[in-house]
Amino acid sequence: MAFVQQSSPHAHNARPTSKVMLWVILAALPGLLAQTLFFGWGNLINVVWCIAIALASEAAILKLRSKPVAFFLRDNTAAVTGLLLGLSLPQFAPWWVSAVAVVSAIVVAKQLYGGLGSNPFNPAMVGYALVLISFPVAMTTNWAEPALLWGNAPGFGDTLTAIASGQQTAVDGWTMATPLDEYKHKIATHTAAEVLVHPTFGEGFARGWEWINAAFLAGGILLICLRIITWHIPVAVLGGLVAMSLAFGSNADQYAPLSLHLLAGGTMLGAFFIASDPVSAATSHQGKLIYGAGIGVLIYLIRSWGNYPDAVAFSVLLMNFAVPFIDHYTPPRTYGHHKAHRGLPGRGRS
Amino acid sequence: MTQLWDFSGGVHPAEHKQLSTGRPIRTAGIPSQLVLPLQQHIGEPAEPLVAVGDHVLKGQKIADVSHGMGLPVHAPTSGIVASIGDYPVPHPSGMADKCIVLKPDGKDEWCERYPLSDYRKLDRNEVLGIIHSAGVAGMGGAGFPTDIKLKPSRDRKVDTLILNGAECEPYITADDMTMRERADKVVAGLKVMAWILRPERCVIGIEDNKPEAAAALREATQGTKIEIAVIPTKYPSGGEKQLIRILTGMEVPSGGIPADIGVMCQNIGTAVAVAQAVFEGTPLIRRIVTLTGAALETPGNFDVLLGTPVQYLLDQAGLQPDNVSRLILGGPMMGYTLTTTAVPVIKTSNCIIAATASELPAPPPEQACIRCGQCAEACPMELLPQQLFWHAKAEEFEKAEHLNLFDCIECGACSYVCPSSIPLVQYYRYAKGEIRLQRAEQLKADRARERFEARQQRLEREQLEKDQRRKERAKAAAEAQAKKKADAEKAAANGEVVDERAARSALVEQALARKKASTNAARIQPADKPEAATLAEPAPEEPDIQALEKQFTQAQTKLETMQAMLEDAKAQQADNLDKLERAVAKNHDRVKRAEDALTEARRMLAPQPEARSETQPIK
Repeated sequence: MAFVQQSSPHAHNARPTSKVMLWVILAALPGLLAQTLFFGWGNLINVVWCIAIALASEAAILKLRSKPVAFFLRDNTAAVTGLLLGLSLPQFAPWWVSAVAVVSAIVVAKQLYGGLGSNPFNPAMVGYALVLISFPVAMTTNWAEPALLWGNAPGFGDTLTAIASGQQTAVDGWTMATPLDEYKHKIATHTAAEVLVHPTFGEGFARGWEWINAAFLAGGILLICLRIITWHIPVAVLGGLVAMSLAFGSNADQYAPLSLHLLAGGTMLGAFFIASDPVSAATSHQGKLIYGAGIGVLIYLIRSWGNYPDAVAFSVLLMNFAVPFIDHYTPPRTYGHHKAHRGLPGRGRS
Repeated sequence: MTQLWDFSGGVHPAEHKQLSTGRPIRTAGIPSQLVLPLQQHIGEPAEPLVAVGDHVLKGQKIADVSHGMGLPVHAPTSGIVASIGDYPVPHPSGMADKCIVLKPDGKDEWCERYPLSDYRKLDRNEVLGIIHSAGVAGMGGAGFPTDIKLKPSRDRKVDTLILNGAECEPYITADDMTMRERADKVVAGLKVMAWILRPERCVIGIEDNKPEAAAALREATQGTKIEIAVIPTKYPSGGEKQLIRILTGMEVPSGGIPADIGVMCQNIGTAVAVAQAVFEGTPLIRRIVTLTGAALETPGNFDVLLGTPVQYLLDQAGLQPDNVSRLILGGPMMGYTLTTTAVPVIKTSNCIIAATASELPAPPPEQACIRCGQCAEACPMELLPQQLFWHAKAEEFEKAEHLNLFDCIECGACSYVCPSSIPLVQYYRYAKGEIRLQRAEQLKADRARERFEARQQRLEREQLEKDQRRKERAKAAAEAQAKKKADAEKAAANGEVVDERAARSALVEQALARKKASTNAARIQPADKPEAATLAEPAPEEPDIQALEKQFTQAQTKLETMQAMLEDAKAQQADNLDKLERAVAKNHDRVKRAEDALTEARRMLAPQPEARSETQPIK
């Protein structure tokens, strides 16, 4: 009788990485639904397209790296990267912009750094930042008008054609500046009341965007409840953003109001689905709080004083840089120790 | 209500405890042979007191430790010592170790026992002696000798005595069933330990998934000050450090022991063993073992004689040999797999799981760490398991140590939750092993260096002393020469034997010239013994025969000394043998040369025998 020889523990709970990633995808679906309801088919088409490109490029690079393709594809992480890009890109972004973003995310940011678990930067945000800088026109003029405003809303076929045509700019009547963009560029010369009459704001918030953000918030809370992510990073991101807004942005005639910061743009998607990506985030609780708060502060800084209307991608990438440093200085105090061993070995031993 | 604290982390694995709590404790009976390892716990192995063929009685001491920390081993039943040798023992490596094999005679005949009616009349050390000679060891974990544990050093007063009835590992119910069925013995043993330690607080910690055990103990502790603390079920609440945190809010300092903060934990089974040792005079020869797992038809708890082979117990519990895929000794979180069913039950064996393949399936293949941090959430020691894993994998052991690798209790909570199915604990064990190895090697190197440095110092000191002696000898010789010269001058002034010497001086002059030539030739040799040359320098005013004789005798003495030294060195196997041998050979040459020179001089001086007689006294 030959018995199985294995090191303890012998019991395992079954929630493999593939399931974790599947839950992330499921939790993002309410947000995608809200996007589709308020801005048409663009995001859905982008999501499907990006996931397809993500899986294809992941498979290709795995093959080139002589790794088992099926084994790694099944971990669903490439699909999540594709999903996040599809959710973030403008609704009418031309197909090749999405493709460049996804391929650079999967091939360069993820696999060339060693694949899953070894990438220092959030792959989706690398792809996003790359196309944002490279194709500014395509990335700023292709945001859809809220569907409620459309006289003759573009159907699925129209949207698909617009994306597939590869034109830098889509049909003018279908697109509109995002609330954050509008506010940022108008407030310098207008009062808040004058700016907010623009239809993109709806009833004082950000038409459509508030529901999208609420849906991503709900999905994020689900992830926390399922213990797939901890509360630390999202709460710190939002906390940093709120704190900055309260400290500097109380004058609505000068800066976008807090409600706009929280409920427009990629705030909730960024806080719950992007910043919380564990691979490129800090690890300890304290580290996560610092990392998240840094992202929140940077989002506010770039939105208010930078050149870009939204700033999730840059903020996340900048804090990704800081992760090794944060991790060095924020290990938890171990049971039975007076204080944590901070910094490098050989220093500050307790 | 006892105030409770929480420890961070922890997991809630499926308990599977009902499998083995449905039946009362059964007595396993006497197997056809008992295998008793001589080392069942940390410390020194016991040495056999019996020989093959001896008949022993139940409870008879058959092995004991003569020095160091350890415990005696007793015969679990009466029978014949069948053999003493290496047999497989319960160990993760599946190794064999020295065991006494007993063939029971079936009579189960007791040796003389000395039960105590009132231990309080005895001195505490005497009671500790009884516990020691009964071979009582901690029956939960490492099997630390209980008598030593119950005697903490003077500066460590135990304020809180904790009886660990948490039994947080899934599947295991040995303590649970013991508390249910033998609560009075548990409490009796606890009282003995409390009497020895005199703590201010005495508390039994039980997880809330064992209400029957808690109820039984509540009844048994009626009218005493013993607290029953029912704690939330969470693995590893039964870990010593975690239970102390739960019940006292204090933490055992890293690298320390609970007694450092005035706490001591004892195991349920140990309490029963202490009670039996004191009140029945029975040594530790049996224990309760849980036999469980889906591959058993009638799982449950058994009262087992130590040394009973696992196979015998599996048969008793209705093993279905075709269904078992892995055999675990201990729990599913910290236990280890067995390679053979021939291993015996020892003092620390609490559970045997015969698991089917679907019950404890092989984990999926290891994937990349995604730094999700679930492990850190689960770690009851508040470590950073993923960082430890990175460093262990990269063999950056210094960094792993910096992140408190050695505080890891190997509970397995991190591996249990890892979504990438990484065998984290295995990585930590590897890193710990490597670091221990490095430390041992470092220690060895340090000792070698110390030995080398000590030798260098000794050699230097000896050289200095030698130089000192040489200087003193040279000084003495110079003084002697000066004195002689003065005497000679005095004699010359007195006019004695001047004529004779003057008459001889022509002959002597010639001999002297020859002698000088040969001495100079000798001095060209490497002068590792320069004093010989210095001393061999003939006094110009003296007749050379005298100097030559002196030189000859000195060289001879030196040779003898050197030879004696060589003998000594040979006897001691010193490492400078070849050097000494060379020195002896050199001295040999020197003696020969001196002898030749002397013979020559004598031949030349032959016509004046009185000169010889005159020189003879100078030796």
